[in-house]
Amino acid sequence: MSTPVNSSGSIKRRLSLQLVGSAAILATILFVLVLNFARQVSEQSQDNILIASATSILDSTSIRSGEVSVDIPYAALSMLGNVSEDRVFYRISAAGVFLTGYSDLPEAKQQGTEQQNAERDRSFITTQYKGESIRIVSATRQLSVLGQPVDITVSVAQTQNGQSETLAQISRTALILGLGFFAISAALAIFAARSSVRPLHRLAVSVSRRGPKDLRPVQSPVPAEMIPLVASLNSFIARLKTSLTRSEDFIAEAAHRVRTPLATVRVQAEVVLRRVETQQNRKALKEMIRTIDESSRAAGQLLDHAMVTFRTDHLERKSFDLADLVLDSVERMQPVAGMRDIEIVMEACDPGQILGDPILIQSAVQNILDNAIKYSPPDQSIAINVQRQNGGISVQISDRGPGFTGNDNARLTERFIRGDNAADTVGSGLGLTIAKEVAQAHGGNLSLNNRSKGGGACVSLYFPF
Amino acid sequence: MRFTLFPFLGLLVTTIASVSLAFEGFQIESFTSYPVDKPVRQLKIISTADTELFAPLVLAFQQKNPQIAIEYTTVSSSQLMQAISVEGAPFDVAISSAMDLQTKLANDGFTRAYRSDAANLLPEWGRWRDHVFSFTQEPAAIVISPDAFSGLQIPKNRQDLITVLRNNPNRFKGRVGTYDVRSSGLGYLFATQDARTSETYWRLSEVMGSLGTQLYCCSSDMIEDVASGKIAVAYNVLGSYALARKDLAGKIEIIAPADFTTLMLRTAVIPTNAQNPDLAGDFIDHLILSALTEAGASYYPFPKLVTDTSATFLRPIRLGPGLLVFLDDLKRRRFLQEWEAAVLQ
Ligand SMILES: Nc1ncnc2c1ncn2[C@@H]1O[C@H](COP(=O)(O)OP(=O)(O)O)[C@@H](O)[C@H]1O
Ligand SMILES: [Mg+2]
Repeated sequence: MSTPVNSSGSIKRRLSLQLVGSAAILATILFVLVLNFARQVSEQSQDNILIASATSILDSTSIRSGEVSVDIPYAALSMLGNVSEDRVFYRISAAGVFLTGYSDLPEAKQQGTEQQNAERDRSFITTQYKGESIRIVSATRQLSVLGQPVDITVSVAQTQNGQSETLAQISRTALILGLGFFAISAALAIFAARSSVRPLHRLAVSVSRRGPKDLRPVQSPVPAEMIPLVASLNSFIARLKTSLTRSEDFIAEAAHRVRTPLATVRVQAEVVLRRVETQQNRKALKEMIRTIDESSRAAGQLLDHAMVTFRTDHLERKSFDLADLVLDSVERMQPVAGMRDIEIVMEACDPGQILGDPILIQSAVQNILDNAIKYSPPDQSIAINVQRQNGGISVQISDRGPGFTGNDNARLTERFIRGDNAADTVGSGLGLTIAKEVAQAHGGNLSLNNRSKGGGACVSLYFPF
Repeated sequence: MRFTLFPFLGLLVTTIASVSLAFEGFQIESFTSYPVDKPVRQLKIISTADTELFAPLVLAFQQKNPQIAIEYTTVSSSQLMQAISVEGAPFDVAISSAMDLQTKLANDGFTRAYRSDAANLLPEWGRWRDHVFSFTQEPAAIVISPDAFSGLQIPKNRQDLITVLRNNPNRFKGRVGTYDVRSSGLGYLFATQDARTSETYWRLSEVMGSLGTQLYCCSSDMIEDVASGKIAVAYNVLGSYALARKDLAGKIEIIAPADFTTLMLRTAVIPTNAQNPDLAGDFIDHLILSALTEAGASYYPFPKLVTDTSATFLRPIRLGPGLLVFLDDLKRRRFLQEWEAAVLQ
């Protein structure tokens, strides 16, 4: 019965996607930062050891009898071999003239002129040499030869294989780190998304599990963001409650207002009938009483039907004994049956508790009983069987009337539809409709059959336990 | 075991001993061909190792690979350098005892990288940059003639040697020998490493210089002369060569100096000009496996490799850029000046 709700996507999914997306971005940033940092550190450490090497060579230079003398310390080059197995090149020059080493090795030229800082005499470049990328450090020192200042420049260079190997290793580690970070934050993101929609879910479950008459406001605590929603839900419930009470009142009021005056008019008409002698007038009055009966019955049934519709929408379930209810209905209908000399026989009366709305079921049983009395010829008996069967209980009401004559019995249960055999009988075509709706609201059914032996209709109601 | 191979040598091996071959610029000491019946491929080896000493390794390789003809050329370490770096001679494998020159070849880009499972068996210090592979560990030893030392305490270390030489100048005058480090690459390597390790080296050099040291080009000559009694003591002789001379047992005594014994690693590289680098790789694997496996022990002609070098007196020379230092022209000139001042008085 519920109309489908339009969906604009899932909050949980959107939240998860957004959080996972930002985790991915953060992980990438982390990866890039770590990699950059590692590159800087490894470049720095290679530069440092190259500086140490160049400086120690520079320290070994001296002037011996007017000539520049260099005594490269063993450690100057062997220290480079301790870190990686990279190729090593060096070049030593005095006043721009090549002294020893690799004569074609470029020097790292100083950038800028006359920088006053302490690193003035060091410069670095990365370049290609002998088919490989190398890092060169050049360091310069001034010595005095025969009173003339001479610039001694020592360049030490190393290939960068070890460094790139280290970098590759670090980038693998950084990748694992980034992926790990991503995995953990993705898991946390999904968890967070789930837990943030959980109160919403809880609210939905608690509202949908409510019984039909449960119109209390939602009172369990909810997150602050949901307070407006729950507040308007509560006020909606409150309004619904008011309007439901009002329509219940209206039905009761309408029934009262229509039935009571009709009953009064009928009593008056009967009083007048007793006094009137003229055959013609008597006939007219009888016709009037019949019409009043019909109207009152129709009004009653209309109200009954309205009430059934209302009550089945908000079905109340309470446990009661069906047999007791049937006996009670028979009791009520006894006067009507007596008027036509019809005997109602309880053939079977199995006790059985069912869950349901006794007012509705009473109405269904009475409508069927009413039909049986109406369509049954006088002096005949009506048989009632209340029996357990198929995990439920059924009420069979059989009469000796004409039975169902048409082919399409199902149509008789539609609103305002009356059968071919009903032309002489008072009726509105709502009785079977009420009985069917009540049966269905309780998960049961109504079946219309003809009796096999002796003829007559057999109408049965079935309710599961 | 290795001697059982030698009877074939006469048949299989053609040796041309010559000072120089006209078609090459570098000086060849000897050329040996190891032909096979149906040669499919050829492996050219240039080496500083004596042909006779090295032959078992070559023959064992040929036994495993019967279709490979091998040419084995011996040169001095400096000529090997000349052949590979200056002339670009198309040798497949270059084997040298001069670790410094091998390192320089690799550093300056004259060698190829090679990776294999066998190469990975070498300890970290046994290879450099996947270019230089060691397969021996040979001590720089003192070789003496026991006869010449009769009545004297046999020296155990350099200090002992200094003392005994100083105390007996008459007996040892002109009867001590060592490498001429100016011409011998290995002699220079030993001398520079000694000088780096201890001051004792210079004191010993001075004592030897004062006695009028004989200078040699090669360990084998020194060993011969000690055995023949021409000299009484030779300093910094390749212990492996001395050990291999089983025929001289009794005539020579080999001393690993107890203060420190320098260990040289004989190394192999694959020059960039190699025609058959894959064969060269196989041969290097063969050398490494010969040194490291039990199977190789039967024909491996060098002292067993000690992978545990924790014995404090053993000083293996480390491969690496440090070896380039003494190859520097200025550094070399300076060292030779000092050496000459000490040894050639
Ligand atoms: N017991 C019965 N015997 C014969 N026909 C019946 C019986 N009950 C119902 N019907 C048929 O079903 C039609 C619909 O019944 P119902 O909905 O009660 O309307 P009505 O007001 O005509 O009784 C009746 O008009 C009649 O034709
Ligand atoms: Mg009816």
